[in-house]
Amino acid sequence: MRRNEPDPLPAGALILAGLGAAFFLLPMLGLVARTPWSTAWDELRSPEVLTALRLSLVCSLSATALAVVLGLPLAWVQARLHFPGRALLRGLTTLPIVLPPVVGGVALLLAFGRRGLVGQWLEGFGITLPFTTAGAVLAETFVAMPFFVLTIEGALLGVDRRLEGAARTLGARPWTVFWRVTLPLIRPALLAGAVLCWARALGEFGATIMFAGNFPGRTQTIPLAVYVALESRPEAGIVLSLLLLVVSLALLVLLRRRWMAAL
Amino acid sequence: MSLAASITVVQGELRLDVEIVVEPGEVVAILGPNGAGKTTLLRTLAGLVPLESGRIALDDLVLDDPAAGRFVPPEERPIGVVFQDHLLFPHLDAAENVAFGLRCRGVRRTEARERARAWLERVGLGEHAGSKPHQLSGGQSQRVALARALAVEPRVLLLDEPLSALDVLTRAETRRTLARHLASFEGVRLVVTHDPLEAIALADRLVILEEGRVVQSGTAAEITAHPRSTYVSSLVGVNLYRGRADGDRVVLEDGAALSVPAAGTGEVFVVIHPRVVSLHTSAPSGSPRNVWQGRIEGVDHEGSRVRVGVGGPRRIVAEVTPAATEALGLAEGEPVWVAVKATEIETYSR
Repeated sequence: MRRNEPDPLPAGALILAGLGAAFFLLPMLGLVARTPWSTAWDELRSPEVLTALRLSLVCSLSATALAVVLGLPLAWVQARLHFPGRALLRGLTTLPIVLPPVVGGVALLLAFGRRGLVGQWLEGFGITLPFTTAGAVLAETFVAMPFFVLTIEGALLGVDRRLEGAARTLGARPWTVFWRVTLPLIRPALLAGAVLCWARALGEFGATIMFAGNFPGRTQTIPLAVYVALESRPEAGIVLSLLLLVVSLALLVLLRRRWMAAL
Repeated sequence: MSLAASITVVQGELRLDVEIVVEPGEVVAILGPNGAGKTTLLRTLAGLVPLESGRIALDDLVLDDPAAGRFVPPEERPIGVVFQDHLLFPHLDAAENVAFGLRCRGVRRTEARERARAWLERVGLGEHAGSKPHQLSGGQSQRVALARALAVEPRVLLLDEPLSALDVLTRAETRRTLARHLASFEGVRLVVTHDPLEAIALADRLVILEEGRVVQSGTAAEITAHPRSTYVSSLVGVNLYRGRADGDRVVLEDGAALSVPAAGTGEVFVVIHPRVVSLHTSAPSGSPRNVWQGRIEGVDHEGSRVRVGVGGPRRIVAEVTPAATEALGLAEGEPVWVAVKATEIETYSR
């Protein structure tokens, strides 16, 4: 038998696989079928949509930047340091992937809200996070960062640490080893993790609406705008949904191989 | 300049307990089976594994001394390492790999690149400066690793299984190149290997390491003449037993006595060369007084000789001719009589 020949599958399994694929495909087709193509372009150019689009970009990119700055050291700690409670930390930093985002939003309010654990203290410095653009960024970071941390931790665990040892015998201090050896070695994962994180931030809804509210121009990102539009102007909602869908699908198709390899 | 190390390190199952001195002008090979602790020893010298107790010093420069609270990190040790599998940085080309150490030491980019190219020329890889490690053959990547280690001008050069990742054809050639570069390196030179040929070809003195301890040290000739462990005896291809000598006989660890003229007294090693072991299908009569019965465990044809492994009260390897093998019908599982002339047995004290 040739090596690349697929294993023969029973016909039943193929039918089930087809059903599974259809289950993902049909809702997308529904969206495409109901898209008002003639007015789609105008819908996208309306001032409200452009505002939401711009805000979405600003928030999701800021959230991604924050996730990289905080998530890279965090992933390193989780991959490299042995300490009691590491398993707990790993669970904690992955939790938002499975937690309902609304619950995440409530938890954020209780921590960073005006009367929250940290929020009341921040209030003393004149810093208010809930129902602000910064709050929207925070909510998106909370939900999206785990994807970055998970990807990077996996990549760090896959690095041949003997290469780092070799670098040290050549005169590299630990910090130089990190910049000149470790980081370049995980570069594919770095890119994949950041894009995945960005895609998740772009689609964030539950935590944002709970923690940051739904204010056009301030916290109303595309997903929130979709939610509002579906009440009043369903066509606009559908066009925006399709936009999110196309962007996300493109990212995942481009990235899937690299992400899987990084993990 | 000499390297003096007294090393105690525990890593998992392995306890490494070694004293070693490498003098200038000699190449020393640490030879031992897998798992003996060779790589750990090398990593300890390089500073990648800290000592638990002991001391490592390069002349007056103390590199590691836990009792005195001194530990020089690897990046500050004047030690170059050529690693097993070479460990070139996959994201850098050959010249950048060689320049890496220079860059870490603050040499400017262009100058580092120039010096790296010069080193690549010296190892005969000038035209491969821009090649990535995956584009290099095993022998080429080994030479890049050597150039990378030498480029920072270390005072000690450590090589971990330098030839094991190479195929048989390139190995001989690379061994010659390596021997030449080792000869021109003016510092402490230490090679770690499990391959006796590699050790003998590259080193002046061998240190045999087994289960974390040095069992024997000396020139290849000294070691092959007087093996002091089963590992060495099997490398050399002789039968080795431990026993206690008492005049004209030696009582082996299994309780049996061999007659050996003028064996002396005390704890001894007994060496029986396979050539002097004769095999018989019935109990032999005549001069040999060391006779026992065993069962054949294996028959290996090696060119014009046949090595026959015999189990029984003690394992022994006999070397016979193919004709004798045929005539005696020697085959695995067959019973056989083993005879060794007393005068052919060699003993030396433990």
